[in-house]
Amino acid sequence: MLGKNFIITAELQPPKGPDISRFIEKARLLKQEVHALNVTDNQRATLRLSSVAGCVILEREGITPVLQMTCRDRNRLAIQADLLGAHALGIRHVLAITGDDISAGDHKEAKQVFDLDSIQLISMISGLNKGLSSSGTQLKGRTEFITGAVVNPFSIPEELNLLRFDKKISAGAKFFQTQAVYDIEGFKKFMDKVANRGVKILAGILLLKSSRMAHFINKNVPGVTVPGNLIEEIENSKDPLMKGMEIAANIIRELKGVSDGVHIMAMGMEEMIPGILEMV
Amino acid sequence: MIITEQKDIPEILESLRPFTNIFITGCGECAAACRTGGEEEVKQMAEVLRDNGFKVTGSTVIEEACHVLLTKRAYREHAKEIEASDAVLVMSCGAGVQATALVLDIPAIPALNSLFLGDTLRFGQFEEYCSMCGQCVLATTGGVCPVTRCPKGLLNGPCGGVDNNGMCEVDRTRKCAWIEIYERLKETGRIENLKKIVPPKDFSRSRHPSKRDIRKTRNVR
Repeated sequence: MLGKNFIITAELQPPKGPDISRFIEKARLLKQEVHALNVTDNQRATLRLSSVAGCVILEREGITPVLQMTCRDRNRLAIQADLLGAHALGIRHVLAITGDDISAGDHKEAKQVFDLDSIQLISMISGLNKGLSSSGTQLKGRTEFITGAVVNPFSIPEELNLLRFDKKISAGAKFFQTQAVYDIEGFKKFMDKVANRGVKILAGILLLKSSRMAHFINKNVPGVTVPGNLIEEIENSKDPLMKGMEIAANIIRELKGVSDGVHIMAMGMEEMIPGILEMV
Repeated sequence: MIITEQKDIPEILESLRPFTNIFITGCGECAAACRTGGEEEVKQMAEVLRDNGFKVTGSTVIEEACHVLLTKRAYREHAKEIEASDAVLVMSCGAGVQATALVLDIPAIPALNSLFLGDTLRFGQFEEYCSMCGQCVLATTGGVCPVTRCPKGLLNGPCGGVDNNGMCEVDRTRKCAWIEIYERLKETGRIENLKKIVPPKDFSRSRHPSKRDIRKTRNVR
């Protein structure tokens, strides 16, 4: 996946139940369109089928999966066990993230774990790649994970954001998938600042489905601002979703030559991704 | 100080339902300061119990309800009332309830919920700054504890949930602990502290139940 000229990944959410038919349908639809598909891990702290299982299903379909692994629901023992199992089942790409707080989801009374943070998780995966567990014990064999991490190019204070970004790299991150990008100029500035780090950066593309969603993002998603002119365009459009797809396609077009690729988050509308890429 | 809140009266009454004669115990330390177990609250609780058909055999506010020897002494002084009681309603933290349970043969019933170890910002206003993790990191974090004051207990900087005003995604009225740490370290020229990867925490230090015996240790070693 990381060898491609302009890497295209997308996010696929596992189902909220045992029925995987839609998940497989969407995966097949995207198979020829993307280089890899991320499978989310109980995103927004809401119960879904496990990301490891989702990744194995993608593997069977001949699609490269990116295993999203959060620190919220498992301690270091469980995370390592899942990672070793995932590796044995053919999964090689892992995206290490802290995870949303349990209070954001549908199991608010559950105990949240956070035994590790995302940076410690990346270090732990680097250890597995050397054949060492997080407690330092020798494993039989070593994993060959390619570890990814997330970054928000617009998070402030910038100094602190870049400090964390660099810590992720020194812990072993090889690629980054970013928070949604709408401000191309701002993103270019970020790319200039983080140049020559030897990591691939895939800019986040979040499909706007309606102006309501755009307002919601501006109000609730830290460090992401949908510019007023884009919101207006969607508001004045007869087909807001189509407009959102056009906006996404424009951003992708503008990012070619800027980032190493894009990571498309369609929030349940994955069937629109081929259309977006067609427009590009 | 241990911060407590009073349980709802119906829950307290339900716990006391099997009993008739109740002795009430308060605590002169933390619960008194939280206004959940001082003289005044014990008096009010006695009225509530009487209004609900219980017989209040007596009451006391122990100097320090979690101190087993002081607790034993206090009940000795009220031996007659205890003798006439079916249960003790304890208006202290869980440590105090268990001290009573340890020294008496009759049931100790809690009237409070124990919430957290709190700093007193001003009278009646408490915040949780320390969660007694057994491995203090404050030397490198500018005197602000990320283990406690970051809802996720992150050790290597903030998560992606900090907003443009530096507020926490979990509680938008609260400043992100890591922004606070960053600002303090910057002010004191210690930003280098943030560049080191902090390894996973040793949670064996905060495993329960803990105990400590200092009878044979002396001062600074």
